[in-house]
Amino acid sequence: MVQYNFKKITVVPTGKDFIDIILSRTQRQTPTVVHKGYAISRIRQFYMRKVKYTQQNFHDKLSTIIEEFPRLDDIHPFYGDLLHVLYNKDHYKLALGQINTARNLIGKIAKDYVKLLKYGDSLYRCKSLKVAALGRMCTVIKRVGPSLAYLEQIRQHMARLPSIDPNTRTILICGYPNVGKSSFINKITRADVDVQPYAFTTKSLFVGHTDYKYLRYQVIDTPGILDRPFEDRNIIEMCSITALAHLRASVLFFLDISGSCGYSVAQQAALFHSIKSLFMNKPLIIVCNKTDLQALEGISEDDMKLVMEMKAEAMKTLIGQGGEPTNDEGVLLTMSTLTEEGVIAVKNAACERLLDQRVELKMKSKKLNDCLNRFHVAMPKPRDQKERPPCIPEAVLEAKAKKAEQAAEKQKKLERDLENENGGAGVYSASLRKHYILANDEWKEDIMPEILDGHNVYDFVDPDILQRLEELEREEGMHQEHEADDFEMDGAELTPEEQEALAEIRKKKRLIVQQHRIKKSTAESRPTVPRKFDKDKQFTSERMGRQLSTLGLDPTLAINRARSKSRGRKRERSIDKGNQNGTDDMDVDGDQPNKKLRLRSRSLSRSRSRSKSRPPYEVVPGEGLKDSAQKKKAIKLAEKSHNKRNKDARKGEADRVIPTLRPKHLFSGKRSTGKTDRR
Amino acid sequence: MRLEKCWFCSSTVYPGHGIQFVRNDAKIFRFCRSKCHKNFKMKRNPRKVKWTKAYRRVHGKDMTQDATFEFERKRNRPERYDRHVAEETLKAIKKIDKVRVDREARHYAKRMKGKKAQVQKEAANELEQSIHMVKAPAALQKEPSLTLPKVYQKQTEDRMVE
Repeated sequence: MVQYNFKKITVVPTGKDFIDIILSRTQRQTPTVVHKGYAISRIRQFYMRKVKYTQQNFHDKLSTIIEEFPRLDDIHPFYGDLLHVLYNKDHYKLALGQINTARNLIGKIAKDYVKLLKYGDSLYRCKSLKVAALGRMCTVIKRVGPSLAYLEQIRQHMARLPSIDPNTRTILICGYPNVGKSSFINKITRADVDVQPYAFTTKSLFVGHTDYKYLRYQVIDTPGILDRPFEDRNIIEMCSITALAHLRASVLFFLDISGSCGYSVAQQAALFHSIKSLFMNKPLIIVCNKTDLQALEGISEDDMKLVMEMKAEAMKTLIGQGGEPTNDEGVLLTMSTLTEEGVIAVKNAACERLLDQRVELKMKSKKLNDCLNRFHVAMPKPRDQKERPPCIPEAVLEAKAKKAEQAAEKQKKLERDLENENGGAGVYSASLRKHYILANDEWKEDIMPEILDGHNVYDFVDPDILQRLEELEREEGMHQEHEADDFEMDGAELTPEEQEALAEIRKKKRLIVQQHRIKKSTAESRPTVPRKFDKDKQFTSERMGRQLSTLGLDPTLAINRARSKSRGRKRERSIDKGNQNGTDDMDVDGDQPNKKLRLRSRSLSRSRSRSKSRPPYEVVPGEGLKDSAQKKKAIKLAEKSHNKRNKDARKGEADRVIPTLRPKHLFSGKRSTGKTDRR
Repeated sequence: MRLEKCWFCSSTVYPGHGIQFVRNDAKIFRFCRSKCHKNFKMKRNPRKVKWTKAYRRVHGKDMTQDATFEFERKRNRPERYDRHVAEETLKAIKKIDKVRVDREARHYAKRMKGKKAQVQKEAANELEQSIHMVKAPAALQKEPSLTLPKVYQKQTEDRMVE
């Protein structure tokens, strides 16, 4: 029902916000990238999409606004009037109308610009069209801005209206300001209405609910009404008038007989008479409040008269209902909200009156009669006095009994209960193996290893593993037998001596190879001196003798021969034996008559046998000099050439020499990396 | 918990060791250590990398097919627990291991067997051909056996006297 959905109207944004929302949504939800190189149809489509999207969004949002705000003609006249009283029907309708026009205008704008976009021939033109379209739409909304603000205010106020159901049982409380209406409603319902000593504390309608005879009653508290001509009434009073006019309720007219509200009974009576037209067809009860201050019996004559007049009026309504004219207790009641005496009585009276009226009305209406006719419970007429109770077969009875028994017995113990018994969640861990189905229940708690000796045990598990193992072992036994059969035939095995010889051979070969490798690696830096000038003196006759003897030969002959040919030996022998043979072919030095020379030669020979370093003037064969005199001269010449330089402390031959001061590769050419400003 | 085999070198990967690589086609490669992992990343073929089991099998260095390997097979069917079967399995594992080790030793021996004759023949040949390096032909004539000659003892005493 529309009445109750005033709280569910969506928020109406302000004009500026509205524009922002829609434009940002367009920005986000449509593609954003376009280049002027695209096909023109693509560009046009891009911009048309934006325009249409914006228009669609505006349309949607404005439509929701228009639809959600209630149409004053379509809702209950009570609400219609109430809204009119509060917000002025005309303004309201105008605002909504403006929104509607805005919607239509935007639609038109979009249509026009889309038509224009179809003929846009460049990106720039399409873009300007789109900008213009969106701009115009936004201007429309800007113009409509005040209406939006107004509607937002209305919406906020409407959401706070009390939810009054105009069709249910209602009790209306009315009267002058400050007579005690709000106190009364506070007493009988859970409503918490402000009660203050100044007038017009209650500025709008308030609803409370109360129960009577298992039925719910709405109690509506109205703001106080002053006695004024109708046109002069303000909005607040108009609320109460509206309520009175439209709601089918029982009316409680409150009267303050003590006059402490500031108005006399006369004034209140005058008010009563002016609005009694509104009490048509409503059960009316006149309630005299504040009896603690002034009892009803104790008021003045005039006041009493006025009260009686009012009572008479009230009675009229009662008669109109068709009630008993003599029962005037239900018409004029007294109470005091302060002392709470008579409050319940008043409520009961009001509820009772209302209920009676409503029931009567219902009874009178046609609909009910139709319904009544349709309900009819048929009872079979008893043909004899025999008792016929319902028949339940035995089996069913038994089954039911057994089931009940079982249910009582079998209280299934849950795992959860078990856990709670044994210490709770952290302490007790459920045994997951409890329900295992095994051949033997003792095996449930067995732990089986998963890994053994680097194998996964589960890979080996096999019911017939024993049998296969047996086969395997049989095979193994057979293999071992065969193994014993074949062994190696060592045919030609070398004897230990032969092995020794072989080892020697191999050693010698290795040595040769080693030496050759050394020679090869040092070939570049080693001088190639022929063997006969051997520096290390490795080619001695002793060595030769040793080697030959290891080979198994007699070396003496060879040694003798070698010695006979060697000079040193020869020399020594000739000196010892005293000039046996003067010269020999092998003598290079010619005759040596001088003793000096002889001595020298002796020392020479000695030196040779002792392996001392040579004297500088001794000519080594192969050098290229004739004799020692020539060598001495050569040496002298050389010394002469560098003595002067040495004396001058000049750079010598051994001192560092830069062969080329400006090598070409450093002083010319480009470098692959780096600068060439440092040469 | 399972012991897995390294994809590259076929050694066992114990829990807590190694790396597992899952390819986009959901094939799992397990490696026992970073050496194997890095070799794999270099796209090396384990059949060509000398120290892996794959190489050894392909080149006949290790036993390939054997009844003992059939015992250890991953069966995906769960078996109901039976204590006797479990006991027997555990005992059998040890025996199977022993058999397997023996067989491998035999395989190795067979592999290494054939060389002895050839080695001997070669040695004899070498001795015969190169005997001249340690024994002079004259000595060989005198003593035709292929052994080292007796070292000729020079009469040093005589020499000194002279």
